[in-house]
Amino acid sequence: MTEACLTFDNLTLGYNRHPAVHHMTGVVRKGSLVAVVGGNGSGKSTLMKGIVGLLRPTSGTCSIAPGTRFAYLPQLSELDRSFPARVLDLVSLGLWPKRGLLGRHSAEDRQAVTQALLSVGLEGVEKRSIDTLSGGQMQRALFARVLVQDADLILLDEPFNAVDSRTLTDLIALIKHWQDQRRTVMVVVHDLDLVREHFPEALLLARRPIAWGEARQTLSAENLLRARQFGEAWDENAPWCGQPAHDLHETMIDHDGIARHRHVARCNPYAL
Amino acid sequence: MTASRVTGTWRDVIHMLYETLILPFVEFGFMQRALFGAFMLSLSACPVGVFLMLRRMSLTGDAMAHAILPGAAAGFLLYGLEIIPMTIGGLIAGVVVALGAGAVARFTIQKEDASMAAFYLISLSLGVLMVSLRGSSVDLMHVLFGSVLALNNDALILIAMVSGITLCALGVFGRALVAECMDPLFFRSVSRLGSPVHFLFLGLVVTNLVAGFQALGTLLAVGLMILPAAGARFWTQSVATMCLLSVAIGVCSSAVGLLLSYHASLPSGPAVMLSAGSVYFFSVIASPRGLLLSHLRRSAHGSA
Repeated sequence: MTEACLTFDNLTLGYNRHPAVHHMTGVVRKGSLVAVVGGNGSGKSTLMKGIVGLLRPTSGTCSIAPGTRFAYLPQLSELDRSFPARVLDLVSLGLWPKRGLLGRHSAEDRQAVTQALLSVGLEGVEKRSIDTLSGGQMQRALFARVLVQDADLILLDEPFNAVDSRTLTDLIALIKHWQDQRRTVMVVVHDLDLVREHFPEALLLARRPIAWGEARQTLSAENLLRARQFGEAWDENAPWCGQPAHDLHETMIDHDGIARHRHVARCNPYAL
Repeated sequence: MTASRVTGTWRDVIHMLYETLILPFVEFGFMQRALFGAFMLSLSACPVGVFLMLRRMSLTGDAMAHAILPGAAAGFLLYGLEIIPMTIGGLIAGVVVALGAGAVARFTIQKEDASMAAFYLISLSLGVLMVSLRGSSVDLMHVLFGSVLALNNDALILIAMVSGITLCALGVFGRALVAECMDPLFFRSVSRLGSPVHFLFLGLVVTNLVAGFQALGTLLAVGLMILPAAGARFWTQSVATMCLLSVAIGVCSSAVGLLLSYHASLPSGPAVMLSAGSVYFFSVIASPRGLLLSHLRRSAHGSA
Protein backbone atom coordinates (compact mmCIF):
# COMPACT_ATOMS: atom_id res chain seq x y z
CA MET A 1 0.00 0.00 0.00
CA THR A 2 2.70 2.46 0.95
CA GLU A 3 4.82 1.73 -2.07
CA ALA A 4 6.98 4.79 -2.79
CA CYS A 5 6.87 6.35 -6.20
CA LEU A 6 9.08 9.28 -5.42
CA THR A 7 11.53 9.70 -2.55
CA PHE A 8 13.11 12.99 -1.50
CA ASP A 9 16.12 12.67 0.74
CA ASN A 10 17.31 15.99 2.14
CA LEU A 11 16.79 17.45 -1.33
CA THR A 12 18.03 20.99 -1.96
CA LEU A 13 17.48 22.58 -5.34
CA GLY A 14 18.43 26.06 -6.41
CA TYR A 15 19.85 28.51 -8.86
CA ASN A 16 23.18 30.28 -8.35
CA ARG A 17 23.58 28.59 -4.99
CA HIS A 18 20.44 30.22 -3.72
CA PRO A 19 18.19 27.38 -2.74
CA ALA A 20 14.63 27.48 -3.98
CA VAL A 21 13.70 24.19 -2.36
CA HIS A 22 15.41 23.50 0.88
CA HIS A 23 16.21 20.29 2.75
CA MET A 24 13.20 18.38 1.64
CA THR A 25 12.66 14.87 2.87
CA GLY A 26 9.65 12.72 2.27
CA VAL A 27 7.90 10.14 0.17
CA VAL A 28 5.21 10.41 -2.47
CA ARG A 29 3.25 7.17 -2.36
CA LYS A 30 2.36 5.37 -5.55
CA GLY A 31 -1.14 6.24 -6.66
CA SER A 32 -1.43 9.40 -4.59
CA LEU A 33 -2.78 12.71 -5.80
CA VAL A 34 -0.80 15.58 -4.34
CA ALA A 35 -1.45 19.29 -4.75
CA VAL A 36 1.69 21.39 -4.44
CA VAL A 37 0.81 24.82 -3.07
CA GLY A 38 2.68 27.92 -1.97
CA GLY A 39 3.18 31.55 -2.92
CA ASN A 40 5.11 32.81 -5.93
CA GLY A 41 8.75 31.93 -5.62
CA SER A 42 8.11 29.26 -3.03
CA GLY A 43 9.87 26.61 -5.11
CA LYS A 44 6.94 24.70 -6.60
CA SER A 45 8.15 24.81 -10.20
CA THR A 46 11.70 24.26 -9.07
CA LEU A 47 10.65 21.09 -7.30
CA MET A 48 8.95 19.87 -10.47
CA LYS A 49 12.06 20.56 -12.52
CA GLY A 50 14.15 18.76 -9.94
CA ILE A 51 11.94 15.67 -10.11
CA VAL A 52 12.03 15.59 -13.93
CA GLY A 53 15.80 16.02 -13.88
CA LEU A 54 15.91 19.39 -15.65
CA LEU A 55 17.63 20.78 -12.57
CA ARG A 56 20.36 18.96 -10.65
CA PRO A 57 20.10 18.92 -6.87
CA THR A 58 22.59 21.13 -5.03
CA SER A 59 22.58 18.46 -2.38
CA GLY A 60 20.51 15.49 -1.35
CA THR A 61 18.70 13.23 -3.77
CA CYS A 62 15.38 12.83 -5.45
CA SER A 63 14.79 9.29 -6.61
CA ILE A 64 11.99 7.99 -8.76
CA ALA A 65 11.08 4.32 -8.27
CA PRO A 66 12.80 2.26 -10.98
CA GLY A 67 10.71 1.63 -14.08
CA THR A 68 8.49 4.64 -13.50
CA ARG A 69 7.55 6.48 -16.66
CA PHE A 70 6.81 10.12 -16.04
CA ALA A 71 5.08 12.87 -17.92
CA TYR A 72 5.73 16.56 -17.26
CA LEU A 73 3.63 19.52 -18.26
CA PRO A 74 5.67 22.67 -17.56
CA GLN A 75 4.21 25.96 -16.42
CA LEU A 76 5.86 28.10 -19.04
CA SER A 77 5.63 25.86 -22.02
CA GLU A 78 8.34 26.49 -24.59
CA LEU A 79 5.90 25.24 -27.17
CA ASP A 80 6.24 27.24 -30.38
CA ARG A 81 2.66 27.94 -31.32
CA SER A 82 3.59 29.31 -34.70
CA PHE A 83 5.22 26.00 -35.62
CA PRO A 84 3.55 24.48 -38.67
CA ALA A 85 1.96 21.44 -37.06
CA ARG A 86 -1.49 19.98 -36.64
CA VAL A 87 -3.05 19.20 -33.28
CA LEU A 88 -2.49 15.57 -34.22
CA ASP A 89 1.27 16.15 -34.53
CA LEU A 90 1.41 17.92 -31.18
CA VAL A 91 -0.41 15.13 -29.34
CA SER A 92 1.66 12.49 -31.17
CA LEU A 93 4.78 13.93 -29.51
CA GLY A 94 3.52 12.02 -26.48
CA LEU A 95 4.38 8.80 -28.30
CA TRP A 96 8.09 9.60 -28.02
CA PRO A 97 8.76 7.57 -24.84
CA LYS A 98 7.18 4.56 -26.55
CA ARG A 99 8.40 4.90 -30.13
CA GLY A 100 11.49 7.11 -29.84
CA LEU A 101 13.42 8.36 -32.82
CA LEU A 102 12.76 5.73 -35.45
CA GLY A 103 9.88 3.58 -34.23
CA ARG A 104 6.97 3.55 -36.61
CA HIS A 105 3.71 4.99 -35.34
CA SER A 106 1.36 2.04 -35.63
CA ALA A 107 -2.38 2.07 -36.23
CA GLU A 108 -2.75 1.36 -32.52
CA ASP A 109 -0.73 4.48 -31.69
CA ARG A 110 -2.87 6.62 -33.95
CA GLN A 111 -5.90 5.13 -32.25
CA ALA A 112 -4.45 6.11 -28.86
CA VAL A 113 -3.97 9.70 -30.06
CA THR A 114 -7.54 9.90 -31.37
CA GLN A 115 -8.82 8.40 -28.12
CA ALA A 116 -6.83 10.92 -26.07
CA LEU A 117 -8.27 13.83 -28.03
CA LEU A 118 -11.71 12.39 -27.48
CA SER A 119 -11.10 12.13 -23.72
CA VAL A 120 -10.15 15.79 -23.44
CA GLY A 121 -13.13 16.89 -25.50
CA LEU A 122 -11.20 17.89 -28.59
CA GLU A 123 -12.65 15.49 -31.14
CA GLY A 124 -12.68 16.81 -34.67
CA VAL A 125 -9.79 19.26 -34.36
CA GLU A 126 -7.07 16.72 -35.22
CA LYS A 127 -6.31 18.31 -38.57
CA ARG A 128 -6.36 21.92 -37.41
CA SER A 129 -3.06 23.73 -37.10
CA ILE A 130 -1.97 24.48 -33.55
CA ASP A 131 -1.91 28.26 -34.02
CA THR A 132 -5.73 28.23 -34.35
CA LEU A 133 -6.31 26.78 -30.87
CA SER A 134 -7.59 28.93 -28.02
CA GLY A 135 -5.78 28.93 -24.68
CA GLY A 136 -8.20 26.41 -23.18
CA GLN A 137 -8.09 24.16 -26.22
CA MET A 138 -4.30 24.23 -26.15
CA GLN A 139 -4.33 23.17 -22.50
CA ARG A 140 -6.71 20.33 -23.39
CA ALA A 141 -4.39 19.29 -26.22
CA LEU A 142 -1.43 19.26 -23.83
CA PHE A 143 -3.42 17.08 -21.45
CA ALA A 144 -4.11 14.77 -24.38
CA ARG A 145 -0.36 14.56 -24.94
CA VAL A 146 0.10 13.59 -21.29
CA LEU A 147 -2.59 10.92 -21.79
CA VAL A 148 -0.73 9.51 -24.79
CA GLN A 149 2.48 9.36 -22.76
CA ASP A 150 0.72 6.80 -20.57
CA ALA A 151 2.93 7.67 -17.60
CA ASP A 152 2.94 6.31 -14.04
CA LEU A 153 4.01 9.61 -12.54
CA ILE A 154 2.33 12.74 -13.87
CA LEU A 155 3.66 16.20 -12.98
CA LEU A 156 1.52 19.17 -13.88
CA ASP A 157 2.83 22.68 -13.23
CA GLU A 158 -0.05 25.15 -12.89
CA PRO A 159 -2.21 23.45 -15.49
CA PHE A 160 -5.27 25.51 -14.60
CA ASN A 161 -3.85 28.90 -15.50
CA ALA A 162 -6.09 30.85 -17.84
CA VAL A 163 -8.70 28.14 -18.37
CA ASP A 164 -12.41 28.72 -18.02
CA SER A 165 -14.57 26.87 -15.50
CA ARG A 166 -15.83 24.26 -17.96
CA THR A 167 -12.33 23.36 -19.05
CA LEU A 168 -11.29 23.32 -15.40
CA THR A 169 -14.02 20.83 -14.52
CA ASP A 170 -13.04 18.58 -17.41
CA LEU A 171 -9.34 18.69 -16.54
CA ILE A 172 -10.04 17.95 -12.86
CA ALA A 173 -12.14 14.96 -13.91
CA LEU A 174 -9.22 13.70 -16.00
CA ILE A 175 -6.82 14.07 -13.10
CA LYS A 176 -9.16 12.14 -10.80
CA HIS A 177 -9.48 9.47 -13.45
CA TRP A 178 -5.69 9.15 -13.48
CA GLN A 179 -5.72 8.63 -9.74
CA ASP A 180 -8.35 5.90 -10.12
CA GLN A 181 -5.93 4.20 -12.50
CA ARG A 182 -3.31 4.16 -9.70
CA ARG A 183 -1.16 6.74 -11.42
CA THR A 184 0.75 9.12 -9.16
CA VAL A 185 -0.14 12.74 -9.86
CA MET A 186 1.47 15.93 -8.53
CA VAL A 187 -0.19 19.20 -9.47
CA VAL A 188 0.96 22.73 -8.75
CA VAL A 189 -2.18 24.69 -7.90
CA HIS A 190 -2.80 28.26 -6.78
CA ASP A 191 -6.47 28.06 -5.93
CA LEU A 192 -6.61 26.80 -2.34
CA ASP A 193 -10.37 26.19 -2.42
CA LEU A 194 -9.85 23.99 -5.42
CA VAL A 195 -7.27 21.99 -3.48
CA ARG A 196 -9.55 21.60 -0.44
CA GLU A 197 -12.36 20.43 -2.66
CA HIS A 198 -10.62 18.03 -5.02
CA PHE A 199 -7.24 16.97 -3.69
CA PRO A 200 -6.79 14.36 -0.96
CA GLU A 201 -3.21 15.38 -0.20
CA ALA A 202 -1.30 18.66 -0.27
CA LEU A 203 2.29 19.82 0.08
CA LEU A 204 2.72 23.40 1.26
CA LEU A 205 6.00 24.95 0.21
CA ALA A 206 7.74 28.17 1.18
CA ARG A 207 11.19 27.41 -0.21
CA ARG A 208 11.10 24.48 2.16
CA PRO A 209 8.27 22.17 3.10
CA ILE A 210 5.96 23.84 5.63
CA ALA A 211 3.44 21.04 5.83
CA TRP A 212 2.63 17.90 3.95
CA GLY A 213 -0.34 15.65 4.46
CA GLU A 214 -4.11 15.59 4.28
CA ALA A 215 -5.13 18.60 2.21
CA ARG A 216 -7.45 20.44 4.64
CA GLN A 217 -5.08 20.02 7.56
CA THR A 218 -2.10 21.11 5.49
CA LEU A 219 -3.91 24.24 4.41
CA SER A 220 -4.84 25.26 7.94
CA ALA A 221 -4.71 28.96 8.79
CA GLU A 222 -1.72 28.38 11.02
CA ASN A 223 0.31 26.65 8.32
CA LEU A 224 -0.58 29.25 5.73
CA LEU A 225 0.56 32.02 8.06
CA ARG A 226 3.86 30.26 8.66
CA ALA A 227 4.30 29.86 4.93
CA ARG A 228 3.70 33.56 4.40
CA GLN A 229 6.31 34.48 6.98
CA PHE A 230 8.99 32.85 4.93
CA GLY A 231 7.94 35.03 2.06
CA GLU A 232 9.91 35.50 -1.08
CA ALA A 233 12.93 37.19 0.43
CA TRP A 234 16.09 36.61 -1.54
CA ASP A 235 18.80 37.73 0.82
CA GLU A 236 22.10 38.27 -0.96
CA ASN A 237 23.92 38.24 2.33
CA ALA A 238 22.26 35.23 3.82
CA PRO A 239 24.87 33.27 5.76
CA TRP A 240 26.23 30.04 4.35
CA CYS A 241 24.19 27.06 5.30
CA GLY A 242 26.26 24.93 7.61
CA GLN A 243 27.97 27.75 9.49
CA PRO A 244 28.21 26.99 13.17
CA ALA A 245 26.60 30.29 14.17
CA HIS A 246 23.21 28.75 13.46
CA ASP A 247 21.05 26.56 15.58
CA LEU A 248 20.88 23.94 12.91
CA HIS A 249 19.10 20.71 13.24
CA GLU A 250 21.95 18.25 13.30
CA THR A 251 20.36 15.58 11.15
CA MET A 252 19.89 18.00 8.30
CA ILE A 253 23.43 19.14 7.89
CA ASP A 254 25.56 17.19 5.54
CA HIS A 255 27.08 19.79 3.26
CA ASP A 256 30.37 19.46 1.58
CA GLY A 257 32.28 22.47 0.31
CA ILE A 258 30.81 22.35 -3.19
CA ALA A 259 27.21 22.04 -2.24
CA ARG A 260 27.21 25.03 0.04
CA HIS A 261 24.37 27.44 -0.38
CA ARG A 262 22.97 30.43 1.42
CA HIS A 263 20.11 30.34 3.82
CA VAL A 264 17.39 32.88 3.47
CA ALA A 265 15.89 32.48 6.86
CA ARG A 266 17.39 30.71 9.75
CA CYS A 267 17.70 27.04 9.25
CA ASN A 268 14.74 25.57 11.01
CA PRO A 269 13.77 22.46 9.18
CA TYR A 270 10.30 21.23 9.47
CA ALA A 271 10.08 17.61 10.41
CA LEU A 272 7.78 15.76 8.12
CA MET B 1 -3.21 26.27 -95.36
CA THR B 2 -4.08 28.06 -92.13
CA ALA B 3 -3.66 24.83 -90.20
CA SER B 4 -0.16 24.29 -91.47
CA ARG B 5 0.74 27.90 -90.69
CA VAL B 6 -0.48 27.41 -87.15
CA THR B 7 1.51 24.20 -86.86
CA GLY B 8 4.47 26.07 -88.22
CA THR B 9 4.10 28.80 -85.62
CA TRP B 10 3.87 26.22 -82.91
CA ARG B 11 6.97 24.53 -84.23
CA ASP B 12 8.77 27.87 -84.12
CA VAL B 13 7.70 28.49 -80.57
CA ILE B 14 8.77 25.07 -79.44
CA HIS B 15 12.05 25.44 -81.27
CA MET B 16 12.62 28.80 -79.63
CA LEU B 17 11.80 27.41 -76.19
CA TYR B 18 14.19 24.53 -76.81
CA GLU B 19 16.94 26.93 -77.84
CA THR B 20 16.36 29.16 -74.85
CA LEU B 21 15.73 26.65 -72.12
CA ILE B 22 17.33 23.35 -73.07
CA LEU B 23 20.07 23.95 -75.62
CA PRO B 24 22.49 25.78 -73.30
CA PHE B 25 22.53 22.74 -71.04
CA VAL B 26 22.90 20.29 -73.95
CA GLU B 27 25.60 22.23 -75.68
CA PHE B 28 27.90 23.25 -72.85
CA GLY B 29 29.52 20.97 -70.33
CA PHE B 30 30.01 23.76 -67.81
CA MET B 31 26.28 24.48 -67.87
CA GLN B 32 25.48 20.82 -67.23
CA ARG B 33 27.87 20.75 -64.30
CA ALA B 34 26.48 23.97 -62.95
CA LEU B 35 22.93 22.66 -63.19
CA PHE B 36 23.82 19.32 -61.62
CA GLY B 37 25.72 21.02 -58.80
CA ALA B 38 22.90 23.46 -58.07
CA PHE B 39 20.30 20.66 -58.13
CA MET B 40 22.26 18.52 -55.67
CA LEU B 41 22.76 21.52 -53.46
CA SER B 42 19.06 22.43 -53.51
CA LEU B 43 18.16 18.88 -52.58
CA SER B 44 19.96 19.14 -49.23
CA ALA B 45 20.37 22.83 -48.47
CA CYS B 46 16.71 23.73 -48.91
CA PRO B 47 15.31 21.30 -46.29
CA VAL B 48 18.11 22.37 -43.93
CA GLY B 49 16.94 25.93 -44.57
CA VAL B 50 13.38 24.99 -43.66
CA PHE B 51 14.55 23.78 -40.25
CA LEU B 52 16.77 26.84 -39.83
CA MET B 53 13.75 29.02 -40.44
CA LEU B 54 11.47 27.02 -38.14
CA ARG B 55 14.07 27.26 -35.40
CA ARG B 56 14.20 31.02 -36.02
CA MET B 57 17.82 30.70 -36.93
CA SER B 58 17.71 32.10 -40.46
CA LEU B 59 20.12 34.83 -39.52
CA THR B 60 22.31 32.25 -37.82
CA GLY B 61 22.67 30.64 -41.24
CA ASP B 62 23.78 33.98 -42.58
CA ALA B 63 26.27 34.36 -39.75
CA MET B 64 27.61 30.85 -40.33
CA ALA B 65 28.16 31.64 -44.00
CA HIS B 66 30.43 34.48 -42.93
CA ALA B 67 32.05 32.38 -40.27
CA ILE B 68 33.50 29.83 -42.69
CA LEU B 69 35.44 32.56 -44.50
CA PRO B 70 38.69 32.49 -42.50
CA GLY B 71 38.99 28.73 -42.94
CA ALA B 72 38.44 28.95 -46.67
CA ALA B 73 40.82 31.89 -46.81
CA ALA B 74 43.50 29.96 -44.95
CA GLY B 75 43.19 27.10 -47.42
CA PHE B 76 43.30 29.58 -50.25
CA LEU B 77 46.39 31.35 -48.90
CA LEU B 78 48.31 28.15 -48.37
CA TYR B 79 47.30 26.15 -51.43
CA GLY B 80 45.68 28.62 -53.87
CA LEU B 81 42.30 27.97 -55.45
CA GLU B 82 42.12 24.29 -54.52
CA ILE B 83 38.88 22.76 -53.44
CA ILE B 84 40.05 20.32 -50.79
CA PRO B 85 42.08 22.65 -48.56
CA MET B 86 39.48 25.39 -48.88
CA THR B 87 36.70 22.97 -47.97
CA ILE B 88 38.51 21.51 -45.01
CA GLY B 89 39.45 24.99 -43.81
CA GLY B 90 35.87 26.18 -44.15
CA LEU B 91 34.57 23.13 -42.29
CA ILE B 92 36.97 23.65 -39.42
CA ALA B 93 36.18 27.35 -39.11
CA GLY B 94 32.43 26.68 -39.34
CA VAL B 95 32.48 23.92 -36.73
CA VAL B 96 34.59 26.00 -34.34
CA VAL B 97 32.20 28.94 -34.60
CA ALA B 98 29.05 26.79 -34.42
CA LEU B 99 30.26 24.79 -31.42
CA GLY B 100 31.73 27.85 -29.69
CA ALA B 101 28.62 29.97 -30.09
CA GLY B 102 26.34 27.00 -29.31
CA ALA B 103 28.29 26.16 -26.17
CA VAL B 104 28.28 29.75 -24.93
CA ALA B 105 24.52 29.87 -25.49
CA ARG B 106 23.81 26.52 -23.81
CA PHE B 107 26.05 26.91 -20.81
CA THR B 108 25.93 30.63 -19.98
CA ILE B 109 23.14 33.16 -19.68
CA GLN B 110 23.89 34.59 -23.12
CA LYS B 111 21.40 33.74 -25.87
CA GLU B 112 22.49 32.19 -29.12
CA ASP B 113 21.87 35.29 -31.27
CA ALA B 114 24.35 37.37 -29.32
CA SER B 115 27.04 34.70 -29.02
CA MET B 116 26.67 33.79 -32.70
CA ALA B 117 26.97 37.45 -33.74
CA ALA B 118 30.11 37.85 -31.65
CA PHE B 119 31.73 34.70 -33.01
CA TYR B 120 30.93 35.35 -36.64
CA LEU B 121 32.09 38.98 -36.54
CA ILE B 122 35.44 37.89 -35.17
CA SER B 123 35.62 35.10 -37.70
CA LEU B 124 34.68 37.29 -40.66
CA SER B 125 37.22 39.95 -39.75
CA LEU B 126 39.91 37.31 -39.51
CA GLY B 127 38.90 36.01 -42.93
CA VAL B 128 38.98 39.39 -44.64
CA LEU B 129 42.31 40.13 -42.99
CA MET B 130 43.78 36.89 -44.28
CA VAL B 131 42.55 37.33 -47.85
CA SER B 132 43.83 40.89 -47.94
CA LEU B 133 47.28 39.64 -46.91
CA ARG B 134 47.44 37.97 -50.31
CA GLY B 135 46.46 41.18 -52.06
CA SER B 136 44.08 41.34 -54.96
CA SER B 137 40.37 42.03 -54.61
CA VAL B 138 39.67 39.56 -57.43
CA ASP B 139 40.66 36.78 -55.02
CA LEU B 140 38.32 38.12 -52.40
CA MET B 141 35.51 38.34 -54.93
CA HIS B 142 36.08 34.75 -55.90
CA VAL B 143 35.99 33.47 -52.35
CA LEU B 144 32.97 35.59 -51.52
CA PHE B 145 30.91 35.01 -54.62
CA GLY B 146 32.14 31.71 -56.03
CA SER B 147 31.55 30.58 -59.58
CA VAL B 148 28.96 27.97 -60.32
CA LEU B 149 30.09 28.01 -63.95
CA ALA B 150 33.53 26.70 -63.04
CA LEU B 151 32.66 23.61 -60.99
CA ASN B 152 35.21 20.85 -61.44
CA ASN B 153 34.73 17.15 -60.76
CA ASP B 154 36.08 17.38 -57.23
CA ALA B 155 33.59 20.09 -56.38
CA LEU B 156 30.71 18.09 -57.86
CA ILE B 157 31.66 14.97 -55.93
CA LEU B 158 31.89 17.00 -52.75
CA ILE B 159 28.44 18.53 -53.30
CA ALA B 160 26.93 15.13 -54.08
CA MET B 161 28.44 13.63 -50.93
CA VAL B 162 27.24 16.45 -48.72
CA SER B 163 23.81 16.20 -50.27
CA GLY B 164 23.61 12.46 -49.63
CA ILE B 165 24.84 12.71 -46.05
CA THR B 166 22.44 15.55 -45.28
CA LEU B 167 19.43 13.72 -46.66
CA CYS B 168 20.30 10.58 -44.65
CA ALA B 169 20.78 12.61 -41.46
CA LEU B 170 17.51 14.45 -41.96
CA GLY B 171 15.76 11.15 -42.61
CA VAL B 172 17.06 9.60 -39.40
CA PHE B 173 16.85 12.60 -37.08
CA GLY B 174 13.92 14.40 -38.66
CA ARG B 175 11.47 13.45 -35.93
CA ALA B 176 13.82 14.62 -33.19
CA LEU B 177 14.46 17.89 -35.02
CA VAL B 178 10.76 18.54 -35.37
CA ALA B 179 10.09 17.68 -31.72
CA GLU B 180 13.00 19.78 -30.46
CA CYS B 181 11.79 22.64 -32.61
CA MET B 182 8.13 22.42 -31.65
CA ASP B 183 8.47 22.04 -27.89
CA PRO B 184 12.08 22.00 -26.64
CA LEU B 185 11.26 21.77 -22.93
CA PHE B 186 8.96 18.81 -23.48
CA PHE B 187 11.57 17.14 -25.65
CA ARG B 188 14.17 17.56 -22.91
CA SER B 189 11.81 15.85 -20.48
CA VAL B 190 11.38 12.75 -22.66
CA SER B 191 14.72 12.43 -24.42
CA ARG B 192 18.38 13.15 -24.04
CA LEU B 193 18.76 13.82 -27.74
CA GLY B 194 18.03 17.56 -27.44
CA SER B 195 21.57 18.91 -27.34
CA PRO B 196 23.12 16.29 -29.67
CA VAL B 197 20.44 16.95 -32.27
CA HIS B 198 21.02 20.69 -32.00
CA PHE B 199 24.73 20.31 -32.63
CA LEU B 200 24.21 17.77 -35.38
CA PHE B 201 21.93 20.24 -37.06
CA LEU B 202 24.48 23.03 -36.79
CA GLY B 203 26.97 20.60 -38.33
CA LEU B 204 24.61 20.02 -41.27
CA VAL B 205 24.27 23.77 -41.73
CA VAL B 206 28.04 24.17 -41.85
CA THR B 207 28.64 21.28 -44.28
CA ASN B 208 25.95 22.55 -46.63
CA LEU B 209 27.36 26.05 -46.53
CA VAL B 210 30.84 24.75 -47.25
CA ALA B 211 29.49 22.71 -50.16
CA GLY B 212 27.55 25.75 -51.33
CA PHE B 213 30.39 28.20 -51.30
CA GLN B 214 32.14 26.29 -54.07
CA ALA B 215 29.17 26.94 -56.29
CA LEU B 216 27.82 30.23 -55.08
CA GLY B 217 30.45 31.71 -52.79
CA THR B 218 30.30 32.15 -49.04
CA LEU B 219 27.83 35.02 -49.15
CA LEU B 220 25.30 33.47 -51.48
CA ALA B 221 25.51 29.87 -50.26
CA VAL B 222 23.19 30.76 -47.45
CA GLY B 223 20.75 32.32 -49.92
CA LEU B 224 19.92 28.97 -51.49
CA MET B 225 19.27 27.72 -47.98
CA ILE B 226 17.04 30.52 -46.75
CA LEU B 227 15.17 31.99 -49.72
CA PRO B 228 13.37 28.84 -50.95
CA ALA B 229 12.48 27.90 -47.37
CA ALA B 230 11.19 31.37 -46.60
CA GLY B 231 9.07 31.28 -49.74
CA ALA B 232 7.73 27.77 -49.07
CA ARG B 233 6.59 28.78 -45.57
CA PHE B 234 3.75 30.79 -47.09
CA TRP B 235 2.14 27.92 -48.94
CA THR B 236 1.78 25.06 -46.46
CA GLN B 237 1.29 24.13 -42.82
CA SER B 238 3.17 20.84 -42.95
CA VAL B 239 6.90 20.48 -42.42
CA ALA B 240 7.28 17.66 -44.94
CA THR B 241 5.42 19.52 -47.69
CA MET B 242 7.43 22.62 -46.87
CA CYS B 243 10.70 20.73 -47.38
CA LEU B 244 9.54 19.32 -50.73
CA LEU B 245 8.28 22.69 -51.89
CA SER B 246 11.49 24.44 -50.89
CA VAL B 247 13.49 21.89 -52.88
CA ALA B 248 11.24 22.52 -55.88
CA ILE B 249 11.73 26.27 -55.55
CA GLY B 250 15.47 25.78 -55.17
CA VAL B 251 15.72 23.57 -58.24
CA CYS B 252 13.61 25.92 -60.40
CA SER B 253 15.49 29.04 -59.30
CA SER B 254 18.80 27.32 -60.02
CA ALA B 255 17.72 26.44 -63.56
CA VAL B 256 16.16 29.84 -64.25
CA GLY B 257 19.09 31.67 -62.70
CA LEU B 258 21.63 29.75 -64.75
CA LEU B 259 19.70 30.43 -67.95
CA LEU B 260 19.44 34.13 -67.10
CA SER B 261 23.12 34.25 -66.42
CA TYR B 262 23.84 32.49 -69.72
CA HIS B 263 21.60 34.59 -71.94
CA ALA B 264 22.07 37.97 -70.30
CA SER B 265 25.72 37.47 -69.29
CA LEU B 266 24.92 38.04 -65.63
CA PRO B 267 27.03 36.69 -62.78
CA SER B 268 25.56 33.24 -62.01
CA GLY B 269 25.35 33.34 -58.20
CA PRO B 270 23.31 36.52 -57.92
CA ALA B 271 21.14 35.39 -60.87
CA VAL B 272 20.19 32.19 -59.02
CA MET B 273 19.59 34.10 -55.79
CA LEU B 274 17.46 36.73 -57.46
CA SER B 275 15.34 34.06 -59.13
CA ALA B 276 14.71 32.53 -55.70
CA GLY B 277 14.10 36.04 -54.40
CA SER B 278 11.38 36.61 -57.00
CA VAL B 279 9.65 33.40 -55.92
CA TYR B 280 9.89 34.63 -52.34
CA PHE B 281 8.28 37.99 -53.14
CA PHE B 282 5.61 36.29 -55.21
CA SER B 283 4.85 34.04 -52.20
CA VAL B 284 4.76 36.98 -49.82
CA ILE B 285 2.18 38.69 -51.97
CA ALA B 286 0.09 36.03 -53.69
CA SER B 287 0.17 32.91 -51.50
CA PRO B 288 -2.84 31.78 -49.40
CA ARG B 289 -1.15 33.13 -46.26
CA GLY B 290 0.38 36.11 -48.03
CA LEU B 291 -0.45 39.80 -47.96
CA LEU B 292 -3.09 39.90 -50.67
CA LEU B 293 -5.35 37.06 -49.62
CA SER B 294 -5.10 37.58 -45.89
CA HIS B 295 -6.16 41.20 -46.45
CA LEU B 296 -9.04 40.20 -48.68
CA ARG B 297 -10.14 37.60 -46.19
CA ARG B 298 -10.15 40.03 -43.30
CA SER B 299 -13.39 41.57 -44.53
CA ALA B 300 -15.03 38.35 -45.70
CA HIS B 301 -14.96 35.94 -42.77
CA GLY B 302 -16.86 32.74 -42.19
CA SER B 303 -19.92 32.66 -39.98
CA ALA B 304 -18.37 30.29 -37.41
